[in-house]
Amino acid sequence: MKIHEYQGKELFRKFGMVTPRGFPCFSVDEAVEAAKKLGGSVWVVKAQIHAGGRGKGGGVKVAKSLDEVREKAKQILGMQLVTHQTGPGGQKVRRLLVEEGADINKELYIGMVVDRVTQRVALMASSEGGMDIEEVAAKTPEKIHKIFIDPGKGLLDKDASEIAGEIGIPDKSKPEAVKMLQGLYKCFDDTDASLAEINPLILTGDGKVVALDSKLNFDDNALFRHPDIVAMRDLDEEDPLEIEASKYDLSYISLDGNIGCLVNGAGLAMATMDTIKLYGAEPANFLDVGGGATAEKVTAAFKIMLSNPKVKCILVNIFGGIMKCDTIAAGVVAAAKETRLSVPLVVRMKGTNEDLGKKILKDSGLPIISADNMGEAGQKAVAAVKGK
Amino acid sequence: MSILIDKNTRVMTQGITGKTGQFHTKMGKEYANGKNCYVAGVNPKKAGESYEGIPIFGTVTEAKKQTGATVSVIYVPPPFAAAAIDEAIEADLDLVICITEGIPVRDMIRTKYKMQGKRTRLVGPNCPGVITPEEIKIGIMPGHIHKKGPIGVVSRSGTLTYEAVGQLMDLGLGQSSCVGIGGDPVNGLKHIDVLKMFNDDPLTEAVIMVGEIGGSDEETAAQWVKANMRKPVVGFIAGVTAPPGKRMGHAGAIISGGKGTAQEKLAVMEACGIKVTKNPAEMGKLLKSVLK
Repeated sequence: MKIHEYQGKELFRKFGMVTPRGFPCFSVDEAVEAAKKLGGSVWVVKAQIHAGGRGKGGGVKVAKSLDEVREKAKQILGMQLVTHQTGPGGQKVRRLLVEEGADINKELYIGMVVDRVTQRVALMASSEGGMDIEEVAAKTPEKIHKIFIDPGKGLLDKDASEIAGEIGIPDKSKPEAVKMLQGLYKCFDDTDASLAEINPLILTGDGKVVALDSKLNFDDNALFRHPDIVAMRDLDEEDPLEIEASKYDLSYISLDGNIGCLVNGAGLAMATMDTIKLYGAEPANFLDVGGGATAEKVTAAFKIMLSNPKVKCILVNIFGGIMKCDTIAAGVVAAAKETRLSVPLVVRMKGTNEDLGKKILKDSGLPIISADNMGEAGQKAVAAVKGK
Repeated sequence: MSILIDKNTRVMTQGITGKTGQFHTKMGKEYANGKNCYVAGVNPKKAGESYEGIPIFGTVTEAKKQTGATVSVIYVPPPFAAAAIDEAIEADLDLVICITEGIPVRDMIRTKYKMQGKRTRLVGPNCPGVITPEEIKIGIMPGHIHKKGPIGVVSRSGTLTYEAVGQLMDLGLGQSSCVGIGGDPVNGLKHIDVLKMFNDDPLTEAVIMVGEIGGSDEETAAQWVKANMRKPVVGFIAGVTAPPGKRMGHAGAIISGGKGTAQEKLAVMEACGIKVTKNPAEMGKLLKSVLK
């Protein structure tokens, strides 16, 4: 799960990390009010969407008067913000963060993720903040410093201080940097985060260390113990089809192609998508119905796939293990009838009660294209969308 | 021969009183030598009771002491599953197979930390389990799709493993053991660990390695194969079509920071002498082509 920058900063402050003062706003008037409350003479108006790259896309503006705050807020609020992470359609801006301006001397980067190799939390830091960190990592990997945090000891003072030195924090600011780094680790660990980034982390003209941005993602499997974080979820930022799918415990992700896929198991679902591509078309979605698929779940899955207007064919690929093919076949027939399916349907079934399942499909009288193996299923689905 | 488990293995079920634990313990008991293999269950609140004739004990240590079980399979719900693994490791079992899906990563980081210096092996979590066909099945895979033979199978995914087995069976090829290592980023045995065991197993003649996008475990395993493996290995990586930054069902199946793509993994595997296919429907055929 993702949250907004302003929500991330609220969490940061709970962990003793320094951020600029600011307020979230949902209207232009609120933005002006926020600037008045903050006082000072420079403010930053920031679009709040879950995607990164907001600055480059025109979603972050500096204002030097209250009139300018109003003007910038008007420009940004409601705009369709396009960044390299939103896709070409962009994301509508519904919330703003108005903050006090900061005196930036140096822009740095710090981030945390779970490292699969060491099976620990990795702290990454770089002197090259404010820019695309993936580009820094690709072009100048020596500028990214890493340490892997011992879960028994946490982030030690000496390690935090050393890494602060490596990214160019002067000695007099090191205690503040250590507090920031240790705060971030505590925040990451306590909230079951899966990703935490501050880009940029800044050194101000008077030597203060401030988190100018925040990006936090959380482990979905741990949300059961964080009701406060679940409360920050913003459904406007999520794909409506993915939200609908999660109600039925279906794992669904929208993609750009035109063949809808319904598969049991994440690995087999990815392999099915790959087969479609191999034969020259693109999948419209990833969809794992899971191990305990019922007729109700299959029907819901069909409805979700079909509500995507790009879908020109549906491919069902089931390897029945504990789940029986006849159960799935009955679900597919019921779903096809209930949704008055009008696009070609290719079904491949293998495993437990395979023959029974195939008979149910055949006896349904529906124009189902059956396939004996995954390769054939992929070929037939691709042929169907290409009108062959 | 086989790896990890065989007909002489004695296993306990942690979480034997839940619906999933009961169902799969029953299926395991009915498979091949399962009747003799499944000897204990664990539930702290139901010690002294039994399920399907299998006695239930209050702790793993007690179950081990009373029955001689040295392997455990875990069906405990996600919030408590890591603690169940910890208990099995504290009891110094040989092997723990954790089927549970959805354990928080933070819990697994702590569990792996506690495992340092311990001899207990962990398979999973979020995995189908391990089967040595015609001897013993520990996990949720369908037993009847397997038969005994010379092929080792190691995979991060469940149904894709069954798919690989199904293709082998269509070609008349049985399996020595099939190991599902699971789709989570922080887990027990990795591809490399299982390949080492297949390398040392006299019955295994060749191995199918099925990977997924995310992480670099397949690359690490491939480097090891190049330097050490005496048997042919073939591979497939799922997720060529997966876009970066989107989690494909498994917590570990995500391309992040441009790393862990299927293309990159396939290229490294190929460079290390592993025959790879981009067509998941041809894993079996590819394996057959490398058999002597």
